[in-house]
Amino acid sequence: MTTRRHGKVAVALAAALALGISGCSSGSSSDGSTPAANGTQDAVDAALQQGGEITYWTWTPQAEEQVAAFQQEHPNVKVKLENVGTGNDHYTKLQNVIKAGSGAPDVAQVEYKAMPQFALTDALVDLNQYGFGAFEKDYTASTWASSKVGDGLYGLPQDSGPMALFYNKKVFDQYGITVPKTWDEYLAAARKLHAADPTKYLAADNGDSGFTTSMIWQAGGRPFNTEGKSVSINLADPGVKKWTAVWNQMLSEKLLAQIPPWNEEWYRALGNGTIASAPTGAWWPGVLASSVAEGAGQWAVAPMPTYDGQPVTAESGGSAQSVLKQSKNPALGAAFVRWLNNSRSSIKIFLDTGGFPATTADLGSAEFRDKPSEYFAGQQINQVLTAAADQVAKGWTYLPYQLYADSIYNDTVGKAYLAGTDINSGLMDWQKALVDYGNQQGFSVKAG
Amino acid sequence: MVATFLRPRRSVLLTGVMSLYLLYTLIPLLWLVINASKTREALFSTPGLWFGDQFALFANIAETLSYNDGIFLRWVGNTVLYVVLGAGGATLLATAAGYGLAKFRFTGRRAVFAVVLGAIAIPPSALAVPTFLMFTELGLTNTPWAVIIPSLIHPFGLYLIWVYAVDGIPDDLLESARIDGAGEIRIFRTVALRLLAPGIATVALFTTVATWNNYFLPLIMLSDQKLFPLTVGLSQWSAQAQGVNARPIYDLVITGSLLMIIPLIAAFLLLQRFWQSGLAAGSVKQ
Amino acid sequence: MASAATVLSAPAPASGMPGARRPGTPRRHWDQRGWIFVAPFLLVFALAFIAPIVYSIQLSLFREQLFFGGTAFVGLDNYAVVFGDAKFWEAFGRVLRFLAVQVPIMLLLALLAALAIDSARLHAAGMFRIVIFLPYAVPGVVATLMWGFMYGDLFGLAADLNKLFGTEVIQPLSDSWMLTSIANIVTWEYIGYNMLIFYSALRVVPHERYEAAAIDGAGQFRIIHSIKLPALRGALVIATIFSIIGSFQLFNEPNLLRPLAPNVITSHYTPNVYAYNLSFEGQQYNYSATVAIVMGVLTAVIAYLVQLRGARREA
Repeated sequence: MTTRRHGKVAVALAAALALGISGCSSGSSSDGSTPAANGTQDAVDAALQQGGEITYWTWTPQAEEQVAAFQQEHPNVKVKLENVGTGNDHYTKLQNVIKAGSGAPDVAQVEYKAMPQFALTDALVDLNQYGFGAFEKDYTASTWASSKVGDGLYGLPQDSGPMALFYNKKVFDQYGITVPKTWDEYLAAARKLHAADPTKYLAADNGDSGFTTSMIWQAGGRPFNTEGKSVSINLADPGVKKWTAVWNQMLSEKLLAQIPPWNEEWYRALGNGTIASAPTGAWWPGVLASSVAEGAGQWAVAPMPTYDGQPVTAESGGSAQSVLKQSKNPALGAAFVRWLNNSRSSIKIFLDTGGFPATTADLGSAEFRDKPSEYFAGQQINQVLTAAADQVAKGWTYLPYQLYADSIYNDTVGKAYLAGTDINSGLMDWQKALVDYGNQQGFSVKAG
Repeated sequence: MVATFLRPRRSVLLTGVMSLYLLYTLIPLLWLVINASKTREALFSTPGLWFGDQFALFANIAETLSYNDGIFLRWVGNTVLYVVLGAGGATLLATAAGYGLAKFRFTGRRAVFAVVLGAIAIPPSALAVPTFLMFTELGLTNTPWAVIIPSLIHPFGLYLIWVYAVDGIPDDLLESARIDGAGEIRIFRTVALRLLAPGIATVALFTTVATWNNYFLPLIMLSDQKLFPLTVGLSQWSAQAQGVNARPIYDLVITGSLLMIIPLIAAFLLLQRFWQSGLAAGSVKQ
Repeated sequence: MASAATVLSAPAPASGMPGARRPGTPRRHWDQRGWIFVAPFLLVFALAFIAPIVYSIQLSLFREQLFFGGTAFVGLDNYAVVFGDAKFWEAFGRVLRFLAVQVPIMLLLALLAALAIDSARLHAAGMFRIVIFLPYAVPGVVATLMWGFMYGDLFGLAADLNKLFGTEVIQPLSDSWMLTSIANIVTWEYIGYNMLIFYSALRVVPHERYEAAAIDGAGQFRIIHSIKLPALRGALVIATIFSIIGSFQLFNEPNLLRPLAPNVITSHYTPNVYAYNLSFEGQQYNYSATVAIVMGVLTAVIAYLVQLRGARREA
């Protein structure tokens, strides 16, 4: 028995080594940079006719249903759906296979903040070559802009996250708090609530790079600018200062619940009124409905507070789907992306499962806008949220290495949150680390 | 007097003090059992060390097993596969090599020993990235082999077998078998394996635990959920409560954790006689 | 690497393992047939260990930029950077502190437990032995997720305790508590394992020695001091070395606790966490390989020094 086992292992190893040899010779199949001429969709249609198999990496809960529907419509195409992790785990895997030169999926979910990084490392196909530039009119200006890097189009938007103020109406009513219209009113409300009940907080923020960048975006800050190989970073511009002036008060007066997002305690705190409001993206109702059953009927939504009372907001989160350069059949990948984010049947699935769209047709449809939300006690929340989609401030871009920036945010700005000290000094530490990293990685980065 | 020493009085005080240890060990396990019996709502709203209103353990187990088309059972199957091939193979390789090093004087023996044991000090993260890049070139990532092949190496297991074989297998016995005309493989199978049995049981325990608990390696090697072992699957369930499309399932994470540790604890209890004697005889001798 | 090998083989002569007998194992001539048994192991070893190490060393000599291509041979530059890298030394200092406190406490507790169970003065000793060993069967991932839930100072067990005692003192996830909280998880996981190693070493002490001691009128503590502790020396050295290596490689616990305390557990909390984040967040593969190699060498050196001390005391 032992020798037989032995034999098996030996055979397996030999097979593995043989595999290795053939694997080595094939090498990477990337064909380098394709001229991003504005092509037509003919190649995509042809690929769809011909069929084949593609792999799709995403963590969106709708994907399974969408893939099934796609395969039903196109029986000659097989889509292999893989969930390789949420957020960072997903990107780690994606970076690994890109670095390794093989093993990447044909299509992947890419959040807007990560788009420049994957585009500039030459990992994504410019969809202009398939004539997808023609879809511009179908999407909101901000999501379309976020899917582009330079002139290249590196994905089609799936969802969007225009920010609004979600608040626990029950708590607000109980403590006589009116919905704040400006950030000064918000600060006052935070003081009032916490003074009335020290276990309650108007907001939870323990230092979150996504939230910080969105708040700077709304305040008019444009700290990151990329022009070819040169990058400038200014985390002390007037917009940044506007935001920190309010938020430093919130932090130093201990008005922010120090609960890191997306873990058990945070969900509990949202359910039991410990956290009474959240300025965040339009996908939030989906999170509440699926994850915070206790809060049903208590939450409501209002437009984002602003600095001067004039309506303006920013995006928080949101993803597009992209085709990877490693794909052996990029045209078929593009066909799937087109169906996924530009077909009625797919978007319907997306909306029915609580997604917030990036498509102007859906945002503008009365059916979507006026639909009352059961979780929000019948409020027609999409009226507020679709209005927000039109009020997103223009001209924002993320760093071309935003994923890295996010990963060290808590090492730098997080320290200010931990100590309850000036957020500005934390932002300066962050800036310095980002300048250094960018310069090491091939950019010419300057501060200010 | 000697008799009283050999059968001393049991001490209530000592037992009491040791019970604190026991408490420390058991409280987290107790917490796991209690919370695996709660509904998702109760998990969020009741104290940690007391039961919820409903006893939902069986409902939770049913949901854990069926969630996402029963992926949990698939992970159980994968884990078993990795343990059988990885730990089984590691035990076999370590046994053969430990025996070879202990009983044959061949060129380079000391060098082999030095290099293999030196490997213990290498942090896994030092190997993770290069192994990943290498395995990608070999076409092994995202296949079971990417998890199994590195698990086949257990230097400490080799060391234990070596210690055990050096005087657990008398040289004379091997010599007489050779004089009887037996081949080396046959001697290994018929003589060595039998004598090494307690040592092998101990090494099997260590390699099984190591493979069962393996997290880091499969985490970076595998992207297909259908290939995950339980550790990676459970941590992915735990992390899925994040971001735009969050769907927290902490109740399933907790129930899944409980289900995961039960088989190993059961195996420990059932097999304790074997591995304990192996440890006593083989690990550190006086 | 060779140093770590002596680390493990060296206690052998001291604790009287025949394998290290003076004249060497065989009185026989060279016998190359040993390769039959060693070769399969070495083949896999070469693929899974040696090749990646060689590759790491190669990586550590280059610097590659993430954007716009460009790989350059930089010689030992990356090593020079590590030695001036405050983040690396902060991480290294942290695991040293961890090691200096957690390892002695864990081994002492394990030792006391082993002695208590071996003393035959315990009621239900067998039950104690098996229950204390149980956490070893709990995967590190599960243990950390579990303790992470309990550590919650808003709604976790920590909160319940605070409420019970009317304080707010217990904050396992705060900056000042975190290292202790991680140490607690590691201790919980490995106390039983070390206890069992010690206990196994005690069980093979020949009964006659106790009888002889008892006839001489030696008490429990005398016996512990003059018979049991010396018998445990080899086991202690090995357990210490494994614990040191384990501490230096600390990764799973801080990495899994990070989402619960992102500001406390930095991306360079331990050297291993640092190496991981360098490659998987920052894509600085070359520098990451360098950090890992430096850490491997430091681990080997420290393990070797501990072993030397252990051996000298025995001499």
